[in-house]
Amino acid sequence: MSDAKPTVAGTGDSWSGLVSDFSADKETFPIPWGKLMMWIFLIGDTFIFGIFLIAYMAVRMSVTDPWPDTVELFAMTIGGTTFPLLLIAIMTFILITSSGTMAMAVNYAYRGDKRKTVLFMALTAVMGLVFVSLQAYEWAKLIFVDGIRPWGNPLGASQFGAIFFMITGFHGLHVLGGVIYIALVARKVHKGHYEKKGYSIVEITGLYWHFVDLVWVFIFAFFYLW
Amino acid sequence: MSESGQHHPSIGLFIKVWILLFVLSFFSYLVEYYHLEGMLRWSLIILFMILKAAVIVAVFMHFMWERLSLQLSLVLPPLALLVLVAILAIEGNYTYVTRLMFFTQ
Repeated sequence: MSDAKPTVAGTGDSWSGLVSDFSADKETFPIPWGKLMMWIFLIGDTFIFGIFLIAYMAVRMSVTDPWPDTVELFAMTIGGTTFPLLLIAIMTFILITSSGTMAMAVNYAYRGDKRKTVLFMALTAVMGLVFVSLQAYEWAKLIFVDGIRPWGNPLGASQFGAIFFMITGFHGLHVLGGVIYIALVARKVHKGHYEKKGYSIVEITGLYWHFVDLVWVFIFAFFYLW
Repeated sequence: MSESGQHHPSIGLFIKVWILLFVLSFFSYLVEYYHLEGMLRWSLIILFMILKAAVIVAVFMHFMWERLSLQLSLVLPPLALLVLVAILAIEGNYTYVTRLMFFTQ
């Protein structure tokens, strides 16, 4: 694979490429500016979610009341059999699948296949909506059936509600924002706005969406499974 | 080769990665299903989490095809969070001990 910019070292020569990227008389990152801005935004978001999860760790380490059992709390009973954590598992699979369809949309966009790009972006947005709906159902169950509040709950440590609503709520807002973002970009792709400008906007949108999926991986491991 | 100057993989790779993510998620669900406990449970949860995160970033976010200068600029800053983990682990432990001494008689 040959590099697009012959003046810089190729990927096989990455350490000297690193030096020339930072020292040559040119821009450091030879990628579309929107993509770099999205990466920088995502680093900021990494710190926000990182701080949430670390705060959760500090709270979880310091409680003396028992922590509510998330496995039983999010269990579902289907046909007399109780599956632990089933709702969360379904939500995880939906988000992973939506990430897969988004990756395909990016791929088709760079091949110039406008119709398939819009189709896969629409699929991604629909799965995002399903995810948010399931989360709304999950919140409703916890609030109305289990009596979880941000200031306390009948199951144990009173900090549980605050952590749960804060972390999953902030993630849910990211998903909702992502659905709107994808829908807007897909509409513009459909209208042909990017035929001359190029389709890097689809990759930028994809970066955001994969990040939302990435955050869920950490929430799933630390909040639901731990 | 596109206008962003990077390599674009085939659709097949994405489908393989997607299946891999499914399998890894299923494994972490099995950790719960079989009620694994203690260090085994925690190390398996962390292992599957890191594998999933790495695959999403590397392939879905095209990270493995970026230049080293961008890769390092993105990976190094979040490592500062590990310092916060250490500080709040000490703090959380201190709060726990204090609560045991004064709140539970």
